[in-house]
Amino acid sequence: MDLIELRDIHKTYYLGEVDLPVLKGVSLNVARGELVALMGVSGSGKSTLMNILGCLDHATLGEYWLDGHEIARLTARESARLRNRTIGFVFQSFNLLPRTTALENVLMPLTYTKENLSEHQMKQRASNLLQKVGLADRIDHQPSQLSGGEQQRVAIARSLVNQPRLLLADEPTGNLDSRTSEELLQMFQQINSADGITIILVTHDPGVAKHAQRVIHIKDGLIENGTGQPKPGDAA
Amino acid sequence: MRFYITMKTALGALRRNVMRTLLTTLGIVIGVAAVISMMEIGNGTTIAIQRTMASIGANTLVIVPGAVSISGVNQGSGSKITLTPQDADAISKECPAIRSVAPIVRARTQIVFGNRNWVPTYIYGTTPSFLQVREWTDLDKGEAFTEHDVRNSSKVCIIGKTIVSELFDDQSPIGKEVRIRNVAFKVIGVLHRKGANVMGMDQDDILLAPWTTIKYRVVASSLANANQSTTNTANSTEVNTLSQIYPNIQQNLYPVPSDTEQADSPKPIRFANVDQILTAAQSGGQIPSAIEQITMLLRERHHLRATDVNDFNVRDMTEIAKAMSSTTELITKLLLCVAMISLVVGGVGIMNIMLVSVTERTREIGLRMAVGAEPGDILRQFLTEAVVLCLLGGTLGIVLGRGSSYIVSALLHWPTAVSVGAIVAAVVVSASVGVIFGFYPAWKASRLDPIEALRYE
Repeated sequence: MDLIELRDIHKTYYLGEVDLPVLKGVSLNVARGELVALMGVSGSGKSTLMNILGCLDHATLGEYWLDGHEIARLTARESARLRNRTIGFVFQSFNLLPRTTALENVLMPLTYTKENLSEHQMKQRASNLLQKVGLADRIDHQPSQLSGGEQQRVAIARSLVNQPRLLLADEPTGNLDSRTSEELLQMFQQINSADGITIILVTHDPGVAKHAQRVIHIKDGLIENGTGQPKPGDAA
Repeated sequence: MRFYITMKTALGALRRNVMRTLLTTLGIVIGVAAVISMMEIGNGTTIAIQRTMASIGANTLVIVPGAVSISGVNQGSGSKITLTPQDADAISKECPAIRSVAPIVRARTQIVFGNRNWVPTYIYGTTPSFLQVREWTDLDKGEAFTEHDVRNSSKVCIIGKTIVSELFDDQSPIGKEVRIRNVAFKVIGVLHRKGANVMGMDQDDILLAPWTTIKYRVVASSLANANQSTTNTANSTEVNTLSQIYPNIQQNLYPVPSDTEQADSPKPIRFANVDQILTAAQSGGQIPSAIEQITMLLRERHHLRATDVNDFNVRDMTEIAKAMSSTTELITKLLLCVAMISLVVGGVGIMNIMLVSVTERTREIGLRMAVGAEPGDILRQFLTEAVVLCLLGGTLGIVLGRGSSYIVSALLHWPTAVSVGAIVAAVVVSASVGVIFGFYPAWKASRLDPIEALRYE
């Protein structure tokens, strides 16, 4: 079974009397270990799809299976737990806690896990990750003392701290210059190939999308080019 | 582990904006400081009031003998001869609720100095502990008589201010001799002025002497006279040989009981009796237990069977005691009201800032939810923050309150007393203020939609 299976997902927002359908029947499979780019212009519904993929939102209609769990049936608590254990998020605007050191930012998701790690183990894991993203010497720096690229690398370390199966990156390079973007995208590729973590990059930039193994175009709430299924032999 | 992390997160969040944390907690600081200092000053005031009340006799218990009927004529309270000085000693030894005990032998007669004479309201034969019972120990002049004087029946006395002005024209009477029924008493001390009591009786119109002296040299009768302040009965001639040395000059106003009547009510054989025993309880609150202890002890000492009625009465100053307890209660309640208001104001301040904080940190909340914080986690985090804030305020408030009550007592010389209860209450109340006023903002935070919260600008 694939990591992600979407079956005919509909999402409609009810704004007073007007119904606003955003997703109109999206079917999509993502295999374990894939690096997928989700492309579309703004208003195409890619953010909504991203929210549904990230278990932050429920679809109005359709089925979503993530790692064998049927998401629509989960309560708020259960989906919070699933997000914590299975999904890592990287945002366009980094969303680091202000006035908090890089290490503590990376530690933050760990505080919500039900795993019983000692504080030392937690710190060990977080500093290893910071080292991995090349910030070993920035452990005690606060976000305001870091450059944009460094902040996003802290955010990547944070998203990996719970050893997720899926990494959702929402315009991860949107606020960065092209050189830093390139470095970060290579880091994503490296994480994908070395750790086998499935990555979905949401972007509108074809330059970003070309780093992916597969590009899914979304337009007006529908998958445009019929590449909703993984290419055979592509999955790791 | 979870608690430790939540605690650390809360402290971290509070440390991110130290100035605002301090200003927010100021409300609680002031509230708790007000509670503590008010309670301590109030406690001091209560103690001062209790001391004042005690000096007018709020804690005093009077033990008087029961009544006796002679030929169907009830002689009234105090006419039975049942109380002895040994009873007084036993009470002071065996009743823990009693602070001090003084036996009293009363007399009402003329005293003479030079060419002047006067009949004091009170001539009391007693022991030095009378002054402790009445809280009258600091004398104006001279000194009090001692236990030694009591054992020796020394002819010494201490007198009140009224007698000084009546007999001595406010000259110092120390070393002078006054005559009481032709017995010369040397004045060795003058009591300080106490004024009238609640009944309007002049308390300074008093002469105190060792009870042995009054008993054997002045009243000069022991078993025969149930009550020296009332008239003597006819039996004064018998038993006590001292009465021949200092003859009794009073007239017999009542008929002499016949032999049969005397046989019907035989006099108990005792060495001496006293008219009443004056005791002071340790505190106003111990009066009921003091009464109980005295009653048990005296019933045992007087060999009363379970069916017998008491041959004595214990009287307390119910009226004064009631006034005292209602006064202190009123003060405590008043202070509590003030304290409550300031704590509620402080709590509203906390709630206000917590709401601002939730709005301000909407993105943070969204992020925490996205990475897997359950609504309960968010609720716990903000609630912990509010409680920590309040406890911090409570701690600072305790320090500030203790400090200010210390300064008040040092500079204004107001009495203060440390109130452990107030400190405990302040901590409990500030923590519950944190929970009560922190709950709504925390609940609001936990109900945020993560998508909306992440997008919030």
